[in-house]
Amino acid sequence: MLNKRSAYWLILPAVLVIGIFGAIPLFISLAYSFMSANPYGGVQAPLTFGAYVQMLFDQDFDGSLIFMPDYFWIAFRSLYLALATTILSLVIGFPVAWYIVCQSPGRRKVLLTLVSLPFWINTLIRTYCWILILRDEGLANKLFGWLGFISHPLPLLYNQGSVLLGLVYTFLPFMVLPIYATLERLDPRLIEASYDLYANRYQLFRRVIWPLTKPGIAAGTVLVFAPALGSFLQPDLLGGGKQLLIGSLIEMQFTSSRNWPFGAALSMLVTFAVILSLAWQRWRTKRAAAAQAA
Amino acid sequence: MPSEVLSAAPAATARPGAPARHLIEVVGVEKIFGDVATGHRALEAINILIEEKEFFTLLGPSGCGKTTLLRMIAGFEHPTTGEIWLQGKDVASLPPRERPVNMVFQNYALFPHLTVSQNVAFGLEMLRWKKADITARVQETLSLVKLAHFANRKPAQLSGGQQQRVALARALAPRPQVLLLDEPLSALDLKLRKEMQFELKRLQRETGITFILVTHDQEEALAMSDRIAVMNTGRVQQIGTPEEIYDHPTNRFVADFIGEANLIPGESLGRRADAIIAVRPEKIEIARPGVTPRISGVVDVATFLGSDTLMEITIPGGRLRARIRGAAKLPQGTEVGLVWETEAERELLD
Repeated sequence: MLNKRSAYWLILPAVLVIGIFGAIPLFISLAYSFMSANPYGGVQAPLTFGAYVQMLFDQDFDGSLIFMPDYFWIAFRSLYLALATTILSLVIGFPVAWYIVCQSPGRRKVLLTLVSLPFWINTLIRTYCWILILRDEGLANKLFGWLGFISHPLPLLYNQGSVLLGLVYTFLPFMVLPIYATLERLDPRLIEASYDLYANRYQLFRRVIWPLTKPGIAAGTVLVFAPALGSFLQPDLLGGGKQLLIGSLIEMQFTSSRNWPFGAALSMLVTFAVILSLAWQRWRTKRAAAAQAA
Repeated sequence: MPSEVLSAAPAATARPGAPARHLIEVVGVEKIFGDVATGHRALEAINILIEEKEFFTLLGPSGCGKTTLLRMIAGFEHPTTGEIWLQGKDVASLPPRERPVNMVFQNYALFPHLTVSQNVAFGLEMLRWKKADITARVQETLSLVKLAHFANRKPAQLSGGQQQRVALARALAPRPQVLLLDEPLSALDLKLRKEMQFELKRLQRETGITFILVTHDQEEALAMSDRIAVMNTGRVQQIGTPEEIYDHPTNRFVADFIGEANLIPGESLGRRADAIIAVRPEKIEIARPGVTPRISGVVDVATFLGSDTLMEITIPGGRLRARIRGAAKLPQGTEVGLVWETEAERELLD
């Protein structure tokens, strides 16, 4: 048997990994967000709340603060796009996962491989491919023209729609896989029992399948929402820089703008939003558990 | 209400002409899984009539097609050919939700995210009963299965026997015309199984619902059933009351499967060579001096069991088991003559 002390040693590697790759960078970002920008990159003294003030206010020449909602709107648009990405991924991903579960074991393996196949190709390259498909003389417009649907190319690229498409395309597998995992464990006799007890297909889904796959849906939601909120590749490439999102804004602060504290402060904002959504989910499951226990 | 479900079923066609005489009529049902020409023939030429308020059992070894037949009555499988009539309507092509039939699944298949009372209420809610009616029926059904105190528990918090009762309550709550039970007791230990046998009988009596039970346990079938259909390799071997099946098996499979039987070749008894004579071990006695034995043999093993002695006897052309009353002190190698009443034997021709 393991005594308590050797058990602590065994979890040490996990603690080290989480600490070095998770907690320490987070605390560095937090610290940087309270410092001043070095014009050549990096940070310097003194400590200040300036980076956070900058999110909503611009400093006039005389030092007075003017309310400036530009960054707020960027954050809002990012949140809205991340939410839309999550909902679309769920709406598309759930039927996909369901379809895969309904197949024979052999076909399941093939389909699951297909779902995870994009991971083998660099995201940057895959996102560029969407430009080739969506641009004016791209595949999609050529196909529509050839079919006679359109006479002029449709403006498919460089708008919010193309950004959303890119985000859903990139993060869809993160929704499909956890939902598939929970659906696979669902006892098929529960479905038979529901039908036997006079449920129709809608009632079966609403009363049995949805509640029992909630853990997978919750996991998928987090796995899609969190990276979608911080993404900058898709908005940059497919939005043409017109649709500035918080991810791109953060990236700019560390590269061209050389304002590390502001970049750190913005990334703290994203982290806070994700933590908030996790806390909300936790609160909801706890409340549901309490309601059932009562 | 269940009856409304059936009458609302659009595909159900009333039988032309003669009114239904039986609650369930399974007519010429055949089931082939896969391709009709090459697939697995699970059921062949099944004809069964089941009456109202009957406790009917489908008994047979695994793979005999009994579960397929039950699932067909439930609506989870559809016959390749043949008809299934329920209350004078052909339901063979109807989905489960349009049949006034409920099922107790082998491993209960309780909804793990719902409490006991929510599980029991499920069918009633799907039938859009009024809330007050649902509450009343759930309480009534839970006290029927003696689980009133567990209404707010989750299935995972219950023992196997309690889960079994929830499954029963859930299937009984809509008061179906027929309750189907797929090996309901197989997951319980022996003591609980005996208890539940009485419980099932009591529930069937109190509710007046027709029960169709699927089991491979012949003792269970004999103890509970009004009538039994013995099945093997996709065919019905014999239908009858437990007494008929036990005392008058019509073929070799039934004689061998139900209880214990000695199958003696006709030749050894000086009868038709193609006949087989079936005799139960407990019907065999040792011939007293002066009585002409039906057959003679040599004692191989004698095991004293308390009230009886179980003897293995070597006879010409085979072996024989006899259950003799009391302690028969016959050492190995003793020659014995054996007798039995003529009505205790059955001549089987296959």
